Amino acid sequence: MAYSDKVIDHYSNPKNVGTLDKASKSVGTGLVGAPECGDVMRLQIQVDEVTGIITDAKFKTFGCGSAIASSSLATEWLKGKSIDEAVTIDNMDLVEELNLPPVKIHCSVLAEDAIKSAINDYRVKNGLEELVFEERIH
Amino acid sequence: MLKLPIYLDHNATTPMDPRVLEAMLPYFVENFGNAASRNHSFGWQAEEAVDYAREQIAQLIGADPKEIIITSGATEGDNLGIKGVFEMYATKGNHIITCTTEHKAVLDTCKHLEKLGAEVTYLEVQPDGLIDLKQLEAAMKPTTILVAIMYANNEIGVIQPVKEISAIAKKHGALFFTDAVQAVGKIPVDVNADGIDIMAFTAHKMYGPKGVGALYVRRKNPRVKVTAQIDGGGHERGMRSGTLNVPGIVGFGKAAEVARLDMAADTERISKLRDKLENALKQIDESYVNGNPAHRLPHVSNISFKYVEGEGLMMGFNKDIALSSGSACTSASLEPSYVLKALGLGDDLAHSSLRFGLGRHTTEEQIDFTIKAVTDTVLKLREMSPLWEMFKEGVDIDAIQWAHH
Repeated sequence: MAYSDKVIDHYSNPKNVGTLDKASKSVGTGLVGAPECGDVMRLQIQVDEVTGIITDAKFKTFGCGSAIASSSLATEWLKGKSIDEAVTIDNMDLVEELNLPPVKIHCSVLAEDAIKSAINDYRVKNGLEELVFEERIH
Repeated sequence: MLKLPIYLDHNATTPMDPRVLEAMLPYFVENFGNAASRNHSFGWQAEEAVDYAREQIAQLIGADPKEIIITSGATEGDNLGIKGVFEMYATKGNHIITCTTEHKAVLDTCKHLEKLGAEVTYLEVQPDGLIDLKQLEAAMKPTTILVAIMYANNEIGVIQPVKEISAIAKKHGALFFTDAVQAVGKIPVDVNADGIDIMAFTAHKMYGPKGVGALYVRRKNPRVKVTAQIDGGGHERGMRSGTLNVPGIVGFGKAAEVARLDMAADTERISKLRDKLENALKQIDESYVNGNPAHRLPHVSNISFKYVEGEGLMMGFNKDIALSSGSACTSASLEPSYVLKALGLGDDLAHSSLRFGLGRHTTEEQIDFTIKAVTDTVLKLREMSPLWEMFKEGVDIDAIQWAHH
């Protein structure tokens, strides 16, 4: 299976690889997936507590090229968005942008889960109500 | 000058040796006869070529040419060997013993026979990939008609103790079948010394053409018969009908001859390169060689690089190097290699594995390039692996409640 140029580009030059201080109140961390399934994503957001705008986003991913590309692209999209906007990022947007084939859709789902999980982590830390998302089968 | 891409997937298939192609060429346009045409020179010529190839093939494995049944490949050989014995020896019993790391052509054939009334025992393998002979002995029953254990494994290259296995089968009056696709042409295989009754192998794993293989069926001590699975003109002593693939068989014969003559030199050279590759990659932290290193094919190395995923790893160099991973991120099930799992490897290590399969044309320059490319990619991906970071921080990754999806 050949990868799209965009996946190759994100894989070769991943954006925003790194770690934010997960203990910080202004940082939300999402850790999703499982080693047994062959992919684990950790996505972190730094949020401006006054404006609710995501000022920085970092990721680390164990997984295939599509998983790495999905998380890399997700961090790019997150920066500059408010946490309310960020929560609307849909995995199919990632699929479209990266041209992921059907067998790789789960990578984008994982990235969406990571975003939501990071936002919820931030919300809980800051006394906001935890958002409830529909269970999805993937 | 190093030519890219480098092919290191010789367990999947091998390039055809130019000597093989040369031998085959006259049998397409010029000498196109049907080997079963008994009444004219076209047929005689084809038959003669097939007879000669059959001798070359037989010689490689220490067999009599009459014991070579030509097939379309090892999958057919596995089917014919196992199903053929099940049908032929039905009055004697219905029990078959095999193991969990067999190729799908054996496992799925056994599963199929279970539906038809066979009782199948799937032996587990030990962590080094070899079966436990005591378990085999314990599994033998009066109804056991066949022990089907591969000669060498396609993913990790471990060589099963076939002599001991065949002795156990013989002692209990069962036949011994072996899928020797990965072994024949690579290491010395002798059907008599090894006590093999039936053996499937194929040309394209030993620098011959695709689409042609053979099933060795013993004629003496004991005389073995398998029920044909393809009915027709009664070719191949009635065990496998169908017009013979003359150019393919000629190529198979030539490939067998070249393998026999070059084996010692090839093995010496290739195993040195394999060891160089393996020793260099073992220097990477948290890398593990899979399978028993003392009982292994000379050209295979299967290594897990913990905390990086195999498919992601391959992406780092797959435009330059062709090899296989035990990970299966593309499959719908997301299941990693069942062979590696059968060794007791966690799914995480199974997902992190690469199989290097060297071959006759592999050069030291290619190995040096591969060592560097793989090492660089592993280090790069670990920098972006959350699991590597946790490992470095001393977090117990197994203790985390992962959300399985």
